[in-house]
Parts: sequence; C-alpha cells; structure tokens
Amino acid sequence: MSDFYQRVRRAINLSAGDDQRVDDGDEAGRDTVRTDGGVVSEDSRNSGAESGVLGRLAAGIDGRLGSDFLESSIFWVPPFLLMGLFVYGAVIWNFLISLTDYQRFANAPDYSNLDFEMYTRALADSGFVDAAVNTFILLVAFTAGTLAVGLILAILIDRGIRFENSFRTIYLLPMSLSFVVTAQFWLWIYNFNNGIANRVIGVFGLGPISWLGDQTIVLWAIIFALMWQFSGYAMVVYLAGLRAIPDEHYEAAKVDGASTVKMYWRVIIPQLKGATISAAVVLMVFGMKAFDFLYSLVGGYRPPNGADILATKMVREAYANLNWAYGAAIAIVLFAMALGVIGPYLVYEYRRNNL
Amino acid sequence: MKDDTLRTDGGTATITNRLRRNVEQMTIADAGLYVVLLLAAGFYLVPIESGLVTSIKTGTAIVETAPFAPPGPSGFTLEKWQAAVEALLRGMGNSMLYAVPATVISAFVGSITAYGLTIPDWKQSYKALVLALIIAGIFIPYQAVLVPLTQFWSQWAQLTDLLSFVWALGIPDDYVGIVELVVTHVAYGIPICTLLFRTYYKTMSEEMIESARLDGATLRRVYRRIVFPLSGPMFAVVLIYQFTQIWNDLLFTLVLVSTESSPAAPVVLILAGLGTSMEGQDFALRMAGAFFAALPTLAVYIFFGDEFAEGVAA
Repeated sequence: MSDFYQRVRRAINLSAGDDQRVDDGDEAGRDTVRTDGGVVSEDSRNSGAESGVLGRLAAGIDGRLGSDFLESSIFWVPPFLLMGLFVYGAVIWNFLISLTDYQRFANAPDYSNLDFEMYTRALADSGFVDAAVNTFILLVAFTAGTLAVGLILAILIDRGIRFENSFRTIYLLPMSLSFVVTAQFWLWIYNFNNGIANRVIGVFGLGPISWLGDQTIVLWAIIFALMWQFSGYAMVVYLAGLRAIPDEHYEAAKVDGASTVKMYWRVIIPQLKGATISAAVVLMVFGMKAFDFLYSLVGGYRPPNGADILATKMVREAYANLNWAYGAAIAIVLFAMALGVIGPYLVYEYRRNNL
Repeated sequence: MKDDTLRTDGGTATITNRLRRNVEQMTIADAGLYVVLLLAAGFYLVPIESGLVTSIKTGTAIVETAPFAPPGPSGFTLEKWQAAVEALLRGMGNSMLYAVPATVISAFVGSITAYGLTIPDWKQSYKALVLALIIAGIFIPYQAVLVPLTQFWSQWAQLTDLLSFVWALGIPDDYVGIVELVVTHVAYGIPICTLLFRTYYKTMSEEMIESARLDGATLRRVYRRIVFPLSGPMFAVVLIYQFTQIWNDLLFTLVLVSTESSPAAPVVLILAGLGTSMEGQDFALRMAGAFFAALPTLAVYIFFGDEFAEGVAA
C-alpha cells in the first residue's frame, strides 16, 4: 500500500515538474508535497491534467514493469507487432480459412459458414495420411541420422587435428547452398543411367536402382540427401558443445583408465544434452521445410511417388488444385506438429533462463 | 637411497616408454583419423564436384565419362554455362533486388528489437515472454501462413495500385512481387535476427551502458553511441546468414511471384524449372545453372565462412 502511495506521489511530482521537496522523508513533509501536487494538477489546464494522468499511468507501468519499459518500447514494439501480425495473425487467419469452403477463383473466403469439414476430409484422404506418415518418418530419420553423423564428425574434429578449419569449412559447405541447387546435384547423383549412386553400389555388384522412381526407396534417398546437406550444421553445434566441456573431464576419465569410446559414451556425450536438443529442434524445422528440395527435384508441385510430405501436399492443394481451404487445413496440421516440437523446447529454454 | 634413485630411474624409463608407445599409437590412430576425415570431406565434396565437371561436358562426354571425372579436351564445352547465364542473369538481378534490401532492413530491425529487449531495465519475466513469442516465430513452418499471405497481398494490401507511379516510369508491374518479397522476408526474418543480436547483447559490458544511463543519456542515445558501434561483428554474422537464407528461399518467391516467365522472377524460381523438357533432362545445363545461381552464396561462404558458422551455431 505504501508502495502504491509512493508511486502516485512520484507521478504527481512528475506532472508538476518543479516540485523539489519530495524527498523530505518525514510525515509532515510528505503531506505538504501531496497537497501541493494535488493543487498544481487541479490548477493546470486540461492538457496539464491529461499529462498528469498519463504521467501517473506511465509511472504505474514503470513501477510494475521496470523503469525503462515505456522508453524501450519504441525499440521493440513496432517490430514485434509486424512480426506478430505476419506470424500469429496469419496462423489464426489461416485457421479461419481452413474452416471455410474457400476454393477455386473466388477472391476471398466466405466466413459466414464455418465448420470442420476440411479436417474430416483430410482424415478420409489416403493421400493426406500417407503424407503425414512420410513427414513423420522424414523428421525422425533425418533428425536422428543427421545428429549421429554430426556428433561423430565433431568428435573427430575436436581431437586436436591440423587443418581443423579447412575440414569444418568443407563439412559445412552444403548448408550454404540453396535446396534448389542441391536438388539439382542429387538429381544427377540418383540418375538411373549414369549416376554416382548406381556406380557406387555397382562396385559391390548391386543395382542399378531407380532411386527416385521406386516408391519404397525414394523417401530414404531424399533423407540421405538432406543429411548430406545438414550434418555439417549438427557438427558445428556439437563442436561448440564439446568446446564448452572443461578439459579436466577428459583428463579425469583418462586417469580412471576409461577407454576412449567409454569416455565419450559415459562422460562426454551426456554433457551434450543441451546441444542435442537445440540442434534437433532446428533440424526438425529444416525437415519440415524440405518442400523446396522436393519441388526443385521435379520442377513442379508433385514430388516423386512415395515422397509426398505434408509441406508439399499443402502447397499443391492450395496453389495447383486451388483448394485453398483444404490446403489451409493441412497447414494447420503441419503447424500443430511443429508446435509439438517447439512448445516443449521453448518451455525448456525458459526454465533454464536461456531466453 | 640407491634404491630410490633406481626406482626413479625405472619410473622415468617407463614413462618415456609409455610416451614413445603413445606417440607411435597416436601416429597410427592419427593417420586413421585423417583418412576418415578426408573420406568425409570427399563425401561432402563429391556431389558438388561432379556437378561442376558435368556442367562443362558435351552431351557425348556426359554419357561416355564417369560422372565425377573431368572431361577430356574433346568433351569440354562452355556452351551450357552460356545458356545458363543467359537464362538466369535477369533472375540474378531480381534476386539481388529483394535479397539485399530485405537483408539490411531485417538485420537493422533485429538489432533494435534485441536492444530494446535486452539492455533497458524492465521486468525480466515479461521480457522473456515477449522473447519466447518472437523466437517461436523462427520455427513456424511457412506453409501455415501461405494462404493468408496470398490473401493479404492480393486482396488487402493493393500495392499494385499504391505504387502506380512506379509503373508509370515504365517498370513492369510484376515487380510489385519484389516489394512484397522484401516486406515478407523482413517480417519473417525479425525472429532469427533478434535472437542472434540478443545472444550478442547479453554478453555486452554493462558498466559502460550503466554509467552512460546515470549521466542521463536516453536509450536512443545509448544505442546510437555505444551499442550500435559495438555491434559490428554481429552485424557481419546476421547479414551473411540472412542473405544466404533469403537468397536460397524458394517458397515465398513461388507464392508471391508465381511464374518463372514473369519479368520479376527470382533466380531460384527459374532454376527450379531449368533444363526440364519433353525430351528429358539436360543435366549439364542444370548443373551449370545450379552453380551460377549459387555463386553469390558460395562467394559469401568462402570469404566469410567463420561468420556463417557462427550464425548457424547460435
């Protein structure tokens, strides 16, 4: 209560502007100041009274939120609003559209008749179910595989080798390339007649295999290509994690006579939990964005049979088949999947005070 | 006493022995390590290398030589590169037209957002909440905003009408797509830029800023005089990372510009459809196009690899 009183007093003082007797401290002085302040704001013209109210409001906000809240808001509120509108506003709008029957060449959806018809339609659509399953397989296999390769590379590079920077640069190189560009490379590698993939397995007397034509293989071929592109990223994250582990842990394990493999398995890898979690989240997001890769592979909306994922199906339904509402519904499912990954991650980071 | 000396001697001997054995082991293990590392490097480079050699081969050389072998003198041609440059050059210009402004603006906006959410003194838990909302924006699958985005740009924000004075200058009104791309990329780039700057500002020395604040400097002044001049290294990281991301993105260009025949078509959009025809795929042309389109990001990566690594690691 006295806290509130003081805040009001400060606010009044702010609006009066010229009253310097605030800090008297004793009860009598306080009383005088309050009266004074009150008189001044009553006497002042309308605008003055308004600024008094505003000033009091400002002080109230400052008291509750911290002294720089109002002054700092000019920096972050406009970008936050822009981003909020484009991200959260658009997701909510997208949800609304998914409840309509919007399709074809109508200019705008009709919001008067909302139902979940598009979602029931999705469940009955075998193409949707296949795409959802493929998305799940792609996310899990791609993330796990990429993390494993990245971890091994990071451990190898962290062993104090020479030319460390050159190796790191080479491993990370594919990540700087566009999905559109890498798709061209892999199209050539998976080429049936003269591709490297078939040549390599030909050495072992296997194949040739139609990598992109066989429905049971194509998804794995694509996962492999994506692993090629992003394992360098996992390596960089793990390398930063390894560098943060103090040398004593290695030495202690060595003194205890642990073998190298045991040392990494028991001592080092458990300490990379944070790196694993953040890399996994980012990789899953990349996996969900594999749309660019699949689109460029065929130069069109229809990915190879057996490799359709929700991301490609959504864009195809909306922009090729003009089933806008249906596409929006698929997008909401995809968004829910993403939320299932990001939500716990953000809570985890928030709990660890990493935000 | 003598015993002691002997023991010490012996101890030394075993230590040197062990050392020597270690050195020998290490060299073998090291050799193995380097072989593995080189093989891995080969794995990462082969797709790129085979693309490069394929792009300079004639049609017959592609069929006759191994996909990763360089062409012989008779199988060498720059014809495909010429064709690729011809097809993609206008796309390069268009991509630059939105990638550069969008990169610069989103980096700057990210910097001030991160500044407002890190250095000024207000309640930590609310800051964290705002930050969590912003950071979640990094992970949104863009499919979830595509249909509203199309609606927004085609029905709500009629930029084509607003910018009619630009089209009056003789610029095709397809270029409205470029303006839309700039705004869109800035909006969706704010989260990652904010996060990158935030991690940097968190480590900034508080004393200097605090003393400036005590001297009565406004937040704006602190940013202009202290924080912004010290943000150089992070600006390098963010600019490089954002440029690569925006240049490489296909989804937004596909939705906002839509056709590769449009005069405003960005390079990725043209490349995605390059070299496909009824007769089959022209791989040499595709490879040449892929390399040409990747040149800006490759150049950025080769010259600023460390900054790029830092950007992706954060």
